[in-house]
Amino acid sequence: MIWQQLHSLIGSYPLALRGLGMTAVLSLISLALGTLIGFALGVLRAGDSRTLSGVIGAWVDLIRGTPFLVQIFLIFFILPELGVELDAFTAGIIGLTNLASCFICEIVVAGIRAVPTGQVEAALASGLSRWQRMRQVVLPQAMRVVLPPLVGQYVLLIKDSSVVSAIGLTDLTRVGWLVVQRVPNGLLVFALVGLAYFIVCYPLILLASRLEKRLGAAHAEVQL
Amino acid sequence: MLANFSFRTIVEYLPLFGQGLVATLWLSVLSFAGALAIGIIACGMNLQRSRLLRAPAKVYIDAVRATPLLAQLYFLYFGLPRLGFILPELVVGVLALSLNSGAYIAEIIRAGILSIPRGQVEAGVASGMTFVQRMRLVILPQAFRVTIPPLLGQAIVLVKDSALLSLISVAELTRAGQLLASDRFMPAEAFITVAACYLLLYYGLKGLARGSERWLGSRTVRSRT
Repeated sequence: MIWQQLHSLIGSYPLALRGLGMTAVLSLISLALGTLIGFALGVLRAGDSRTLSGVIGAWVDLIRGTPFLVQIFLIFFILPELGVELDAFTAGIIGLTNLASCFICEIVVAGIRAVPTGQVEAALASGLSRWQRMRQVVLPQAMRVVLPPLVGQYVLLIKDSSVVSAIGLTDLTRVGWLVVQRVPNGLLVFALVGLAYFIVCYPLILLASRLEKRLGAAHAEVQL
Repeated sequence: MLANFSFRTIVEYLPLFGQGLVATLWLSVLSFAGALAIGIIACGMNLQRSRLLRAPAKVYIDAVRATPLLAQLYFLYFGLPRLGFILPELVVGVLALSLNSGAYIAEIIRAGILSIPRGQVEAGVASGMTFVQRMRLVILPQAFRVTIPPLLGQAIVLVKDSALLSLISVAELTRAGQLLASDRFMPAEAFITVAACYLLLYYGLKGLARGSERWLGSRTVRSRT
């Protein structure tokens, strides 16, 4: 019986490849967009404008306070009511990008706030413009604090991409769900699905903790 | 358009949302208790010298942290019956949430214990304390302070993650929203209400986390002086 199951498992490899591709595309696009938007939002949130900072903060709090599944349902079912036609893929990209932006924004803000004010004052005194100050003085130093949690966040987002299977996107998790209807061996099927995520996520987890150790040590050195 | 947003329907379905909120709350509490127990055991095993104890804990922690909760949930949901355990969805859900959060809690506790400077342990050894005394009198009281805020953070994550249980049709908050959405074709009303309920829980827990930080912070300062 196990041989029969293995046989039909092997038979569903095109489906598995499609799922892998979907998870990869979803994760890559939303991570890239989310990193860009997240950094922009973070710089604005740590900036001088109180209203802007407040608005971004409130939005981030809303997103952090609700389950991603509910956000995806809201986007998928409500945007069409507002007259925006969108398919499940676009809804997934919007949802994941929004989630990524909000979490990365908070990480960037924490990084910027960790840069000593003396550095900003020195930059001001040297007559650097706002943009120069941010790009040449603050962000490079903030990166040391930002990088480890950023990589950790990437892992969380790759995992969260599995939730879009709830609106019918055929990602890796959805493929597992489809295959298990044909091959009634949940343990085997979802162990394989898990393994696929593990192969991508585990090296990133290791990278995050290595970065933390290395950059943390560098940080301590500077403070001495 | 959202012009015909029907508050009346929301009021009509309020009891359903109330039940969902209560269900989410208590299944989260249950899962968090389970996660705490699992986390303490896994962390205890992970900190041992013996490979035999450490390896399984490490495999469990890494496997959970590197795979999505939804895949873990389906693994148990479709896998347990095969092993002969036919359990209600609710039990499977609570089990999945406990196992998932347990791994993160194990890491939080480990970070707390490792944050205690080695000198403290050595001082304990030098004063002739046993392992248990060192743990109870020196390490754990200090580690406790460092761990409470991230533990509350994990509780927030757990409450949000519990929404996924709706996908194996556990009757909780998000499920209530799904029911309203499919009964009356009113997804906007349904999921905005659901989101509002989660925000209620979120701000409650966040307030608790803030309060505990202030409380623990003031205590640390006082004990230092």
